[in-house]
Amino acid sequence: MNTRELTYVKAFNEGMHQIMAEDPDVFLIGEDVAGYGGVFHMFDGLLTTFGDKRVKDTPIAEQAIIGLGVGAAARGLRPVCDLMFMDFIGVAMDQIFNQAAKMKYMFGGAVSVPLTITTAGGAGMSAAAQHSQSLEAWLAHIPGLKVAMPASPYDAKGLIVGAIRDDNPVIVVLNKKMLGVKGPVPEELYSIPLGVANIVCEGDDVTIVAIGRMVIEATKAAQALGEQGISAEVIDPRTVQPLDIDTIVTSAKKTNRVLIVHEAVQFGGIGAEISSQVQESAFDYLDAPVTRLAAPFAPVPYAPILENAYVPDAARIVAAARQLVERS
Amino acid sequence: MTETLAPNVTYGPPEGYAAGVTRELVLDLHRRMVRIRMFEESAGKLVESGDMPGFLHLYVGQEAVAAGVMSVLDDVDQITSTHRGHGHAIAKGAEFRPMFAELYGKTTGYCKGRGGSMHIVDMNRGMLGANAIVGGGIPIAIGAAFAAQYRGDGSVAASFFGDGATNIGAFHESVNMAAVWDLPVLFICENNGYAEFTAQGNHMRLDDIAERANSYGIPGVVVDGMDALAVRAVAKVAVDRAKRGEGPTLIEAKTYRYFDHQGIKGMRIPYRDPAEVEAWKERDAIRLLEVIGTERGLATPEDFAAILAQTETDIADAIEFARSSPDPDPADILDDVYTV
Ligand SMILES: Cc1ncc(C[n+]2csc(CCOP(=O)(O)OP(=O)(O)O)c2C)c(N)n1
Ligand SMILES: [Mg+2]
Repeated sequence: MNTRELTYVKAFNEGMHQIMAEDPDVFLIGEDVAGYGGVFHMFDGLLTTFGDKRVKDTPIAEQAIIGLGVGAAARGLRPVCDLMFMDFIGVAMDQIFNQAAKMKYMFGGAVSVPLTITTAGGAGMSAAAQHSQSLEAWLAHIPGLKVAMPASPYDAKGLIVGAIRDDNPVIVVLNKKMLGVKGPVPEELYSIPLGVANIVCEGDDVTIVAIGRMVIEATKAAQALGEQGISAEVIDPRTVQPLDIDTIVTSAKKTNRVLIVHEAVQFGGIGAEISSQVQESAFDYLDAPVTRLAAPFAPVPYAPILENAYVPDAARIVAAARQLVERS
Repeated sequence: MTETLAPNVTYGPPEGYAAGVTRELVLDLHRRMVRIRMFEESAGKLVESGDMPGFLHLYVGQEAVAAGVMSVLDDVDQITSTHRGHGHAIAKGAEFRPMFAELYGKTTGYCKGRGGSMHIVDMNRGMLGANAIVGGGIPIAIGAAFAAQYRGDGSVAASFFGDGATNIGAFHESVNMAAVWDLPVLFICENNGYAEFTAQGNHMRLDDIAERANSYGIPGVVVDGMDALAVRAVAKVAVDRAKRGEGPTLIEAKTYRYFDHQGIKGMRIPYRDPAEVEAWKERDAIRLLEVIGTERGLATPEDFAAILAQTETDIADAIEFARSSPDPDPADILDDVYTV
């Protein structure tokens, strides 16, 4: 495997190029995805390489973008439908949760919907309340959907390929603050199966389950904790649906303490689900309550000072992890 | 023609539309319509008597629309349907046995008992599903049309929806995108004058919904939805146009549902004048076709009676099949949530 450093967005882009070269049934539609290459340049070069039959700019019509993907997927193609900002998902929601997610089941298995939806979520850029949300719990709640949240360049490439190859509707949520993050990425085409967590670093004293960009903060925190004599294990579930709960529970049984970090609001977030499942499966192993560190129950604010207070960071992860360890 | 604000809109079928009608065609359309009507009438009774679960949006009265359009489509052509979807499925060739079995919630149903009345699907016949969300099928139809265009397989798609559905955003987004991309799709609005219990005049300012085509730069056609031959004629023009790569057409078929919004007697809310119902029944689609057929010497009352008799037999057989079919096993409740 020939590996080199790529940014998150370049890695994703390379995955798109390679999977489209491999599979002629894959096509891409969305607003400004063709001529402009997507507002985050996720799709740069695809139009030139694959032509305007396979890479198409759409009207501003999220419902029709997704619905077209649903119909084309039901007919055996592998559409990639881009939703630009995750916040725009609301206007397309019927096609996602009532149509794409349920077709297979309510039709008694008669049809598969191999649809991929790409979008960008996450706060930290003063993009304010309608351009910064992390809505993964909404989607993970719907039987029939899968939700991938790549947290490294390696995963950005592997998960987009894995999502497109998957025979189910998958939403791939890129984190827009990670676009320039660099990391090692193999040159060749590879795919990461959906539902397999990544143990980012191993440790014995506390398990930190982090979602999306929080994986980076958690990794920084683990380093700091290490310097303070606390050994933290960081787990990135990679996909919140399906959720690789086994890897998390195994870690919980080893470290006896679990901290969950995400930038979505805490109430009703994925952390609540993970916490509940951990205590159901590992109650007797726990030395402290499973704890969540997440956004307060408010829309994402604009002013940098407010937004910094809103999104968890390494320092707060360190503090929360220390509390767990010091408790027992 | 008088000057109009909707230059893209035409009225009625092309001239001479009924000229080349054959005996075969009359019997084909008649069979499709009778099968729909008799299926609906027996399904309605079975639900009202409590024998069958769920609720039904019956298609009786609108048969000419499904029959006319489906008579110019093949199995490879895809349709999406609505909450009022039995007629579309039957006209597209769906079989009574798995349909009744689905309504009874049995494993032998089209959806293995997972979907019921509002989710009948038949992928082998290009029936991409009824849909319980108003407007939900319209974007999916343009996806099927996109797949046809992408593959260049020469097939078309058709989306059926009501007058009420043209007020929902999915309609606007889908028709516009299909127009921009010249997708091979027919948008078939079955204007039965009501969205549930709200009359058209209370939910839009237009009389002719086909005028909406003008906003998208595509042809719109108003057609008598009680005349299967007229519907067929305009659908044929639209299919040919789609196959030539010229894009979508919006067809508005003026029609009427005889029963209530849901069920035969529904909620017994008086919202339409009984005289209005009777006036539409005067122009009943099945009778109209029988008159045309006999007047032209293409078919006899005996021919039509034979279709009724055969349909009756098929229905009795299908109901028996459904009743005696196995129930789904609750142990399988997680099957088919995902493709594995
Ligand atoms: C999105 C959505 N809103 C509301 C409903 C409830 N509903 C079911 S049928 C219907 C009326 C639809 O009217 P129309 O499109 O004219 O179809 P028709 O029933 O006349 O065939 C409504 C409001 C629904 N199923 N989906
Ligand atoms: Mg109506």
